[in-house]
Amino acid sequence: MNLIKVNNLNLSIHEKEILKGLSFEGKAGEILGIIGESGSGKSMTANSIIKLLPFGSSVTGEIILQNKNLLETSEEEMCTIRGRDIGFIFQEPMTALNPLKTIGEQVSEVIRIHKKINKFDALNSAATILDRVGLPQTDFPSTRYPFELSGGQRQRVVIAMAIAIKPKLIIADEPSTALDVTTQAKLIKLLKKLVIEDNICLIMITHDLSVIAEMADKIIIMRNGEIVERGKINILKNGLKNDYSKNLLKASNYKSKNLNKKISNQTLLKVDNISRHYSDNSFRFFGEKKVFKAVKNVSFSINYNENVGLVGESGCGKSTITRAILGLDPIINGKIILEGDEIKASNVSKNIRKKLQVVFQDPYGSFNPRHNVLKLISEPLYLEQSQISDYEKLNIVKELLERVGLNAEDHKKFIHEFSGGQRQRIAIARSLILKPKLIILDEAVSALDVSIRAQILDLLVELSESYGLSYLFISHDLSLVKSITSRVLVMKSGQIVESGNTKDIFNSPSHAYTKSLIASSPNLESSLRRLT
Amino acid sequence: MMPLLKNKNLSNLSFSFWVGSICVLFVFLLAIVSFFWTPYDVTSLEISNRFKTPSYNHFLGTDHFGRDILSMIMVGTQTSIAVAMVAVGIGILFGLPLGLIAAAKRGTFFDDLVMRFNDLIFAFPALIIAILITAVLGPGAFNAIIAIGIFNIPVFARVARGAALTQWSKEYILAAQVSGKGTILISIEHIIPNILNLLIVQATIQFSLGILAEAALSYVGLGAQPPIPSLGRMLADSQTMISIAPHMAIFPGLFIVITVLGLNLMGDGLRDYFDPKLKVSNS
Repeated sequence: MNLIKVNNLNLSIHEKEILKGLSFEGKAGEILGIIGESGSGKSMTANSIIKLLPFGSSVTGEIILQNKNLLETSEEEMCTIRGRDIGFIFQEPMTALNPLKTIGEQVSEVIRIHKKINKFDALNSAATILDRVGLPQTDFPSTRYPFELSGGQRQRVVIAMAIAIKPKLIIADEPSTALDVTTQAKLIKLLKKLVIEDNICLIMITHDLSVIAEMADKIIIMRNGEIVERGKINILKNGLKNDYSKNLLKASNYKSKNLNKKISNQTLLKVDNISRHYSDNSFRFFGEKKVFKAVKNVSFSINYNENVGLVGESGCGKSTITRAILGLDPIINGKIILEGDEIKASNVSKNIRKKLQVVFQDPYGSFNPRHNVLKLISEPLYLEQSQISDYEKLNIVKELLERVGLNAEDHKKFIHEFSGGQRQRIAIARSLILKPKLIILDEAVSALDVSIRAQILDLLVELSESYGLSYLFISHDLSLVKSITSRVLVMKSGQIVESGNTKDIFNSPSHAYTKSLIASSPNLESSLRRLT
Repeated sequence: MMPLLKNKNLSNLSFSFWVGSICVLFVFLLAIVSFFWTPYDVTSLEISNRFKTPSYNHFLGTDHFGRDILSMIMVGTQTSIAVAMVAVGIGILFGLPLGLIAAAKRGTFFDDLVMRFNDLIFAFPALIIAILITAVLGPGAFNAIIAIGIFNIPVFARVARGAALTQWSKEYILAAQVSGKGTILISIEHIIPNILNLLIVQATIQFSLGILAEAALSYVGLGAQPPIPSLGRMLADSQTMISIAPHMAIFPGLFIVITVLGLNLMGDGLRDYFDPKLKVSNS
């Protein structure tokens, strides 16, 4: 007996087709994974089920939940169905909670909307629910506010709100994407446990095949609003028929071309015992100033032609190190030396700057939207002492555009005309224009879809070989670092806890933190091996 | 303004923007025409012709000295627009750099100094201080400009700083810093073009407030001095005679309303246009 059955669902927003003839069903006690890259319509599928769609949308088809067609129910009735029959878990735990209400209040609010019980009883049952999702009253009293919790704990509160009335169907829209790997692993376990205990049907929406491979029973792969592949989870192993889904699987299992370059034994960058503290600036009469130690006595070095990975979870001080090396923030002690010159934040000479470039994570925020590509890419040429004529500039930019796999004529366009992956190529072109020695890749591929990520990583590997570049590859994702670096540093709360050859660290991690990182990072290969 | 409009569709501009800009255009046209031609000379008195109601000869009637009201309104808007425009100019000229520097040096003593000084100016009721300034320096259009202009400075400093702060946190600014560009160059090349939309909206609103302030100052006799006509003084003159000649009050008043309403509608329209969050997506 199907709990939910979606039949020929079509959705268009302002006459633009978003979903085309979707049909799928879910049973109680089953996890249905919906996978797709950005723009594939997977979130809109979820929004159609709970009927929270943007203005100007029109839906046709059938969504049948427990013998009732949701598309024909009135908005008032939907209000009672949302929360009671369908629970929803959002991607961004930071914004899904009301910052002015305690976690107990927020969970009890859901209960009180659907059940007529008094406030006190509601708070009590909220406490038991919070306990179920791993926030016991002894450690996390329900009088806490969201800001007192970490991202993973907040997501648990969101889950508690979703399961508060024991709905039969729960929709989770990228519930673990914004979280660190160790937190993500725990959360997946929790969701699996809840599905079994409450006999829920969970629709899990994600772009990450490895997460799905670990938990789902059935999968649907979506592309451009259509289902291109569907079946039991074990079709991932060797039953994929569609070319797109085959490519998706291949990209998720990405292995870069072999790094094939001679690492020089001369040091290019030496970071010697640096620290950085942030103190809160507010003036107080009594008490000491609070000091947050973002980076504590960190030392490492990068040789010419070497790719070094720096891995750690959010808040571990990775970005602080980036900013220090770029000379944007002062350090309180220690030295950063690049080719014999010390980098001091107060005064970084043009000569040093020319050897250092950076590619940022966000393909949208890292360009001035009002400049054309020519101006964007040639911006670092400002560091060149000699005057460069506009004609020369144009030629350099055209050549670079082709080098990073774009069209030479793209130099006239503006940044909003490009997709995320193309923008990241432009960012790489910008970082290459001065032929620097070291490029810092600050989560440079984290925001990209898997298939595009693989292409960009290939490009990076190839460029580092042909230009003789060194990379400092900063990421929260161990699996990315594995493929393109030869040495890796693992960072935790401001300190480097382990460093060494990438292969050695993956094969035999020695520090407990590294072990937990490796164990909890979703591994598609091993999940696939477990499938029968 | 052109690069702002380059990638946008003008048809997305709201109805209120078009209504507003037609009003503003009309007022500006009248002011410009008055430089070359007015139906009558505004300085010539013709007592025998006083209190004439609107007719073919005097389109909007005459006042208590027999002057043509239409001509006076035309020349009066000239003064209003000039005062408001220069006052907004002063505000941008001083406020924008202050705001940009404060944003660039965010969190430092200089930032605090600028912003707290802004708060200090904000703490005074603007119009009363403007009256005080003109009373001390003497009445006249020039002093009215200074008085209104000073109060525009903190407005623009605040808007510029707030908008610039969000830009400074973006990665493209970091990229520019890594390219060795300094604070000033980044502010000019990257920050200003990206906050220009907010400044334009603020400028239209301050412009309308400037026109109101000028009218208020000349209403109490501290704006442009006779024989230069001004809308505020026309209102003041008419108030004792409102029962015999209501048209003397109605037309200048109506004109102030048209100008201010037009500018506000235009500002609202521009804000909706520039800020995609405020409108329903059409894509």
